Amino acid sequence: MNTPLWEVFVRARNGLAHKHVGSVHAADATMAVQAARDVYTRRGEGLSLWVVPSNEIVASDPADKDMLFEPTGSKIYRHPTFYAVPEEVGHM
Amino acid sequence: MYSQALNTEEASSDISPDADRFQACIDDEQRIEPNDWMPDAYRRTLIRQISQHAHSEVVGMLPEGNWITRAPSLRRKAALLAKVQDEGGHGLYLYSAAETLGVSREDLQDQLLSGRAKYSSIFNYPTLSWADIGTIGWLVDGAAIMNQIPLCRCSYGPYARAMIRVCREESFHQRQGYEIMLTLCQGTTEQKAMAQDALNRWWWPCLMMFGPPDTDSQHSDTSMRWKIKRFTNDALRQKFVDATVPQGHFLGLNFPDPDLRLDDASGHWQFGAIDWAEFRAVLAGNGPCNRERLEARRKAHADGAWVREAALAYAAKQRIAA
Repeated sequence: MNTPLWEVFVRARNGLAHKHVGSVHAADATMAVQAARDVYTRRGEGLSLWVVPSNEIVASDPADKDMLFEPTGSKIYRHPTFYAVPEEVGHM
Repeated sequence: MYSQALNTEEASSDISPDADRFQACIDDEQRIEPNDWMPDAYRRTLIRQISQHAHSEVVGMLPEGNWITRAPSLRRKAALLAKVQDEGGHGLYLYSAAETLGVSREDLQDQLLSGRAKYSSIFNYPTLSWADIGTIGWLVDGAAIMNQIPLCRCSYGPYARAMIRVCREESFHQRQGYEIMLTLCQGTTEQKAMAQDALNRWWWPCLMMFGPPDTDSQHSDTSMRWKIKRFTNDALRQKFVDATVPQGHFLGLNFPDPDLRLDDASGHWQFGAIDWAEFRAVLAGNGPCNRERLEARRKAHADGAWVREAALAYAAKQRIAA
């Protein structure tokens, strides 16, 4: 049997989100955390680790990119720069 | 460490709207991510290059591991241990990047252990003295950095990201190697002779690390067009020689090349002819240590089998108990 694959996420410091850094193979969650610690944090890269079974991640299909994300391209009224504010009003 | 340009690259004959979009994306300096459409030849080239690179890191632990128990001081021993551990880590970042292309870790390991996969020729040379550890850090890692910095901008995202991590860690390797050489060269006559002997043995194999001359590589333009590769073998080799020769002279060492001279017009160091027959022999499995290296990897894998089995059995038992 193949050893399961885990995706590794590291929080560099409090205040930042966990960020994906790569993957490790490990038989169980405890060993995955130990392996992730050895492989991805040898130089103080983080304060916290997440490991997630790779096959538990549900991802959008890159082929659906346009269907999913293109519609927002025309909705420029969602951005503050769409609205005119007179200079006299100052920063808003 | 790194994987040299020993890939036989594949010509891409894909003409489709997908292929056009793919190339346009690359021309626009965008990155390709794991689930994006890509030509089969691009995928195969990357799997081969990244896995050979990973194998090189892992096999590269062996020549240096040879000196851990004989390092001359605790400081040197701690540094060498950390370096060898880094090489193992680099191998794992790279296997992880290769796996995003749809190949399994077990297959990749099997390719190495069965002798089907190649790894960098440099690790088939023996480490005969402590000065070899200095020389490997200074020259082999120096050559690796030359090759790897452009790979940080490789078109394939996971490979480029792994290379950024590797390069960040690699500069400690080169500096610790040079420091070993500096200490030896400032030491006794015997110590300096040891440093010179190591340079004599490693210089030419290091130049071979960059792969065959540009005139010999037939499909180099495919990898360039795909932005997997950004500089030719000869361009990187010249860059390495130009950077390294003054460092060697500072140490007071002589390069084992009577033709080495500074060309005033171009500002480049010109060097003598490389023995490509030796390079081909080492790649074909007939270097000084090819068999020893593979045997060491096979033994490590076989000796660890019971640990892998026990860990999986324990995990299965815990799942049942839960």
